[in-house]
Amino acid sequence: MSTLTDPPNEGFRLSMLINDTRYRSLTFQVIAAIVLALCIWYLGNNLIQNLRAAGLNISYTFLGDPAGYDINQRLVEYDSQSSHAKAALVGLLNTLLVAVLACITATVFGVVAGVLRLSNNWLVSKLMAVYVEIFRNIPVLIWIIIIFTIMTAVLPGPREFRGDNATASMVFDSFAFTNRGIYVPMPWFENGIFASTSMNWLLVLAGFAGSWLAAHQINVWANTKQESTGVRPKTTALILAAWLVPFLALMLIMGLTWEYPELKGFNFSGGIKVGGPLIALWFALSIYTGAFIAENVRAGIQAVSKGQTEAASALGLRPRRVMNLVVLPQALRVIIPPLISNFLNITKNSSLAIAVGYADITATLGGITLNQTGRAIECVLLLMLFYLTASLTISMVMNVYNASVKLKER
Amino acid sequence: MKKSVILGAMTFAGLAAGAASAGTLDDVKARGKLNCGVTTGLVGFAAPNANGEWEGFDVAVCRAVAAAVLGDSNAVEFVPTTGKTRFTALASGEIDLLARNTTWTFSRDVDLKFEFVGVNYYDGQGFMVPKELGVSSAKELDGATVCIQTGTTTELNLADFFRSNNISYEPVPIETNAEAQQQYLAGACDVYTTDASGLAATRATFDDPSSHVILPEIISKEPLGPLVRHGDNEWGDVARWTLNALIAAEELGVTSANLSEMSAGTENPEINRLLGTEGTLGEMLGLSADWAKNAIASQGNYGEIFAKNIGEDTPVGLARGLNAQWTEGGLLYAPPLR
Repeated sequence: MSTLTDPPNEGFRLSMLINDTRYRSLTFQVIAAIVLALCIWYLGNNLIQNLRAAGLNISYTFLGDPAGYDINQRLVEYDSQSSHAKAALVGLLNTLLVAVLACITATVFGVVAGVLRLSNNWLVSKLMAVYVEIFRNIPVLIWIIIIFTIMTAVLPGPREFRGDNATASMVFDSFAFTNRGIYVPMPWFENGIFASTSMNWLLVLAGFAGSWLAAHQINVWANTKQESTGVRPKTTALILAAWLVPFLALMLIMGLTWEYPELKGFNFSGGIKVGGPLIALWFALSIYTGAFIAENVRAGIQAVSKGQTEAASALGLRPRRVMNLVVLPQALRVIIPPLISNFLNITKNSSLAIAVGYADITATLGGITLNQTGRAIECVLLLMLFYLTASLTISMVMNVYNASVKLKER
Repeated sequence: MKKSVILGAMTFAGLAAGAASAGTLDDVKARGKLNCGVTTGLVGFAAPNANGEWEGFDVAVCRAVAAAVLGDSNAVEFVPTTGKTRFTALASGEIDLLARNTTWTFSRDVDLKFEFVGVNYYDGQGFMVPKELGVSSAKELDGATVCIQTGTTTELNLADFFRSNNISYEPVPIETNAEAQQQYLAGACDVYTTDASGLAATRATFDDPSSHVILPEIISKEPLGPLVRHGDNEWGDVARWTLNALIAAEELGVTSANLSEMSAGTENPEINRLLGTEGTLGEMLGLSADWAKNAIASQGNYGEIFAKNIGEDTPVGLARGLNAQWTEGGLLYAPPLR
């Protein structure tokens, strides 16, 4: 009979850091961390020493000084006497504007092209294949420049609208397509409830939110009715009314009028100007990223088992309903994660705006401000902080959405 | 985050490390080549010709300095820079000298830590418009769209000019002169503004230069000159006195034609000192005695360089104006070489 003995109680020896698998990985991680810290310390120290040797320092006080330059597209009040910080804010909003617009249109292009590429119609599917391959394989910077150059070369300048024998004319007397941008009528309120127009627009937004809530309630009511009786009440008219009636009433009360663009002096004035650089950047980012999204969508759809389509068809569903009710909801689980990357890419690629003179944050803070003040390190650190924050925010929001559509296991 | 900070820090550390090395003169001699920053292309000032050789008014400064230091006016590596990249290129040590119609301003001198070695062209900001617009004064430009190179002093002057005259404009920011020209000709902007010399140089390349007018208003002082990094005084002296030698040569009547004759020795002691037959000016600079002779031999004196590249007989067609010698009523005045 053998007796059970305790395993020998070995003390900790230094060699165990290398030889014992329990400690080895930890040892290497600690070493790697020390080396990394030393590298950072060396580089940082080098930077500080060299800055001191050159008589420079890191300071953000320049942000409060007047910028001294003008920006052609601004979503907030800005003139050349505003501070560099304000100029950076203008650029930041411009970046977000083009990123949001491009994310929306790229998704639309992508979904349409992705679905159509799987079409049974040979011509349509091949056309989409050509679109995807051409746009995906040429750098976005080149697309931006191509579109911008075409716009400035093909569209007429404002001076061609002038005079009795003008060679260009406005569409419906209200839309002007020029090589500086597109001018469209601007809505405004004659007897708005608030003094400022932006407050009135908030009211309109609130109206839309109310309509959306009402439409949602109608849907919920229809769902419960369907579940209890098996018959879904007709809701189309109701939902349409929920959207239109409050909107029309609001517009009537506030007195919606349109301000048309007019040729005055050198340029068109009045109305809303959508600048050429914005259009070129927006469109280029949309079609370029749209081609990538199209491939994601195609992959997502092909990932759904063919049996699902066949089963749905066997139930008597029409092809469009099969796509909308059976295939796409399942495909979304595959589509969304790479879609997040594409949204991030749009935001980051918008920094190519400088190529066409669009005043995004890379052009204002990272371009003109950096150049006029010479504060390269400060400006680039701020830029990095901004793009990082923007990217992480997009990532977070999209991940929340992803969690809401992913396969729920009960 | 960590990763990007490291990469960013590395970039800047790399830049700053370059800037810290002193003794540019020794570096240039050891390298056997001068790295000179010029524009990305402005006819008359700096542009590659049909054979791919850089030539122009600013290029001549680079070549003169190379000739003075290395005895060879072709020992130059031309580095094209834009309005935005020029200062980083100089500060980081990528180039030894920036000769790129750059305006001498207080903040560039004091805050950005550069040293302007003199003025090779006295300029001012002007406006160019198509003749068909019928504009005769810059004050009539209310509401105009203006093409402007970003990151330049002209951008700031433009904002000030329109604000002080209480008129509005819409800026179209542009990176290089070539882009500005394309935008302007396509009618994407009504007005192109930059230094008057640059406007003249740009207009010279148009198919029909006579259908564009340069408005009479000059809205700023733009003393353009070569610059070096602050804190390397020996190198600054070399650049400064090479430029002064070119200017003094014109004043003293030394030209590329009579240079060999004059360098044999003349009655005028100042010419003798300039050309190294008397005194030790070259030695004081750490150069050979014939430094100025080499510089003048490469391109001629200031007047010859002006006439050959941007003068009235060239397509650019600029009059000497303020850039005449002080003896001719201009502003050019080289300090005495003694």
